[in-house]
Amino acid sequence: MEGRVTYENDDLNLKATELRLGLPGTDETDDHEQAISTARNNKRPSPDTTDDCVNKSRSDEAAPVAKAQIVGWPPIRSYRKNTLQPKKTEAEAPGIYVKVSMDGAPYLRKIDLKVYKGYPELLKALENMFKFTIGQYSEREGYKGSEYAPTYEDKDGDWMLVGDVPWDMFMTSCKRLRIMKGSEARGLGCGV
Amino acid sequence: MIMESKRKKESPSSPESTQFPDEVLERVLAFLTSHKDRSSVSLVCKDWYNAERWSRTHVFIGNCYSVSPEILARRFPNIRSVTLKGKPRFSDFNLVPQNWGADIHAWLVAFADKYPFLEELRLKRMTVSDESLEYLAANFQNFKVLSLLSCDGFSTDGLAAIATHCKNLTELDIQENGVEDRSGSWLSCFPESFTSLEVLNFASMSAEVNFDALERLVSRCKSLKVLKVNKSISLEQLQKLLTRAPQLVELGTGSFSQELTTRQYAELESAFNNCKNIHTLSGLWEATALYLPVLYPACANLTFLNLSYTALQGGDLAKLLVHCPRLQRLWVLDTVEDKGLEAVGSYCPLLEELRVFPADPFDEEIIHGVTEEGFVAVSFGCRRLHYVLYFCRQMTNAAVATIVQNCPDFTHFRLCIMNPGQPDYLTNEPMDEAFGAVVKTCTKLQRLSVSGLLTDLTFEYIGKYAKNLETLSVAFAGNSGRGMECVLGGCPKLRKLEIRDCPFGDEALLSGLEKYESMRSLWMSACNVTMNGCRQLARKMPRLNVEVMKEDGSDDSQADKVYVYRTVAGPRRDAPPSVLTL
Repeated sequence: MEGRVTYENDDLNLKATELRLGLPGTDETDDHEQAISTARNNKRPSPDTTDDCVNKSRSDEAAPVAKAQIVGWPPIRSYRKNTLQPKKTEAEAPGIYVKVSMDGAPYLRKIDLKVYKGYPELLKALENMFKFTIGQYSEREGYKGSEYAPTYEDKDGDWMLVGDVPWDMFMTSCKRLRIMKGSEARGLGCGV
Repeated sequence: MIMESKRKKESPSSPESTQFPDEVLERVLAFLTSHKDRSSVSLVCKDWYNAERWSRTHVFIGNCYSVSPEILARRFPNIRSVTLKGKPRFSDFNLVPQNWGADIHAWLVAFADKYPFLEELRLKRMTVSDESLEYLAANFQNFKVLSLLSCDGFSTDGLAAIATHCKNLTELDIQENGVEDRSGSWLSCFPESFTSLEVLNFASMSAEVNFDALERLVSRCKSLKVLKVNKSISLEQLQKLLTRAPQLVELGTGSFSQELTTRQYAELESAFNNCKNIHTLSGLWEATALYLPVLYPACANLTFLNLSYTALQGGDLAKLLVHCPRLQRLWVLDTVEDKGLEAVGSYCPLLEELRVFPADPFDEEIIHGVTEEGFVAVSFGCRRLHYVLYFCRQMTNAAVATIVQNCPDFTHFRLCIMNPGQPDYLTNEPMDEAFGAVVKTCTKLQRLSVSGLLTDLTFEYIGKYAKNLETLSVAFAGNSGRGMECVLGGCPKLRKLEIRDCPFGDEALLSGLEKYESMRSLWMSACNVTMNGCRQLARKMPRLNVEVMKEDGSDDSQADKVYVYRTVAGPRRDAPPSVLTL
């Protein structure tokens, strides 16, 4: 089994544009994890988004992304999927999927807001997912009692504290979630 | 006879041509039904080409964009039956953008002009609007057979038009489509004078139909052979239908769970007992062990049992299979587990086809389902097995080697290890040797779907041994483009190649330059192919259509999804903005 692909008549300089598995400077290996990381990281890493950098480092980890993220896999016809599993669907079905980041965590998660009936459920799920505790919510002081604050980016691009608006309004305006930590979190709680 | 003089002008006979007058040759060729045979015949000489084209009544078009309605009509003037397939298969898994194309309407307009006596239309993965269905109902007086599989774009209004106007309809087969199910009233549109129906399948539609209308329809259609109803039909209603149509050969039940009185149960059992001709059984939604026994009397001649919508346990499946000794095809959910598959091996020695679908494909918590053991058990008991579709969460190389040793006659081997890139769970090695065993042992293999952790070695094996392979599906596999090159270089009969999420790039794509013209199509998505590579391919091979579908936010130079197919119709003009034709 060859470790490298050779290019004869490399007129197009295919080698320069060859997308290879693994980080630059490394040789191809049969690493099992790379097979999985290729699946999720076929985009070339761009320095702009933090997500892609995070994904690249993930190729060294064994933890696979939840199966629900892969579009069209396992290969089951929509009709069959919908008949057996009207509730459980995969990424591209009409769920409201938002990314969740937590300050200090190595990678992001994704959740379907439709799965939760309200804030208490959502917050509980976040606590379980990232293994931390959120404090008590109050309109006046935000989340008191912990160094974390759940925030979200709304349609206008502003970072808001989770819990201020009615749940339905939140579901439709939330673009992504971020669990802030430390002083930044406290800043948001100070009713400005 | 009237045609004779016209044809003789078109094809001057040469001295060494056939002694038969054209009309005799045509009569003889009319017996040929296989389109492969007919293709061969048409290549013999010009006389035979013409005789074949005049005598052909059925045409199969595997890719609707490979030919245009005009070209078709020019070559074949007497077509009565058309089968058309549209979108690439991966559209079943949401990988193809909406509005991609494959709209039937332009075809219907051409057919109305050239084939006004068209009788049969069978469509798969095409877009069909209500307007098209109404057009069909209005323009073809002799129309008999409509079969729509995995199509989209229509609603029950379109079906109402068919039911209302197609006076000679014998078959209405609506399967697994994206139908907008507005109401069940379409069924009531069959006029009281309408009696010709032989096949009615509305199993995959959800809206409740008027039961009285259905019962009357079934009563008056004495030639009805196939009836597949939807979930809205209860057991009690089913009993009534069976009483009206004991001659049924294929039955799809409705919902198979209802509180029945003892008397109702007995009546149902008796109704099934009277159906001596049933050889295909499906539906059985929500069937529980409690009511399955009513089927037993009807199972003696059963050859195809579709339990793929029934969450059955292994023990209950076993009890049912005891009564199905003649079973040739079985579809089940993996709720039956290995225990259920052991029963398959024990009770169904004539089995030729097995499909095991996952009940919970997206739930990572599930550790049930079937394993390699169930598959092995089936292979020991069912030596005639030649078609398998198997979804599982674990597999070993050794198990697959045993399976193909027991069943060397596989023609279709579709194994889906659901976790992408998963190795042999016992040895932690890639699954190369498993598929190596398949292609080395199963010389008749026509269709292969691979999965699990696979290196280039798998593809070396495929290229070297799979000499009869026609269709190959690959996902999350391979180390380099060399894998794809091995397949393209080695499989002489390859017609369809579909690849997703593999590290195959431009070099691999371009290695198949000459090959693609002998294939129906190539699909590559989430691989390492670039726009430049695709443009090169398009430039060098003018008789191929090279279409690229870009995804939002991807690099300009990346070709996210590529669909390449041969065509005599040139680039298509109906592509949506998301599809670039190079």
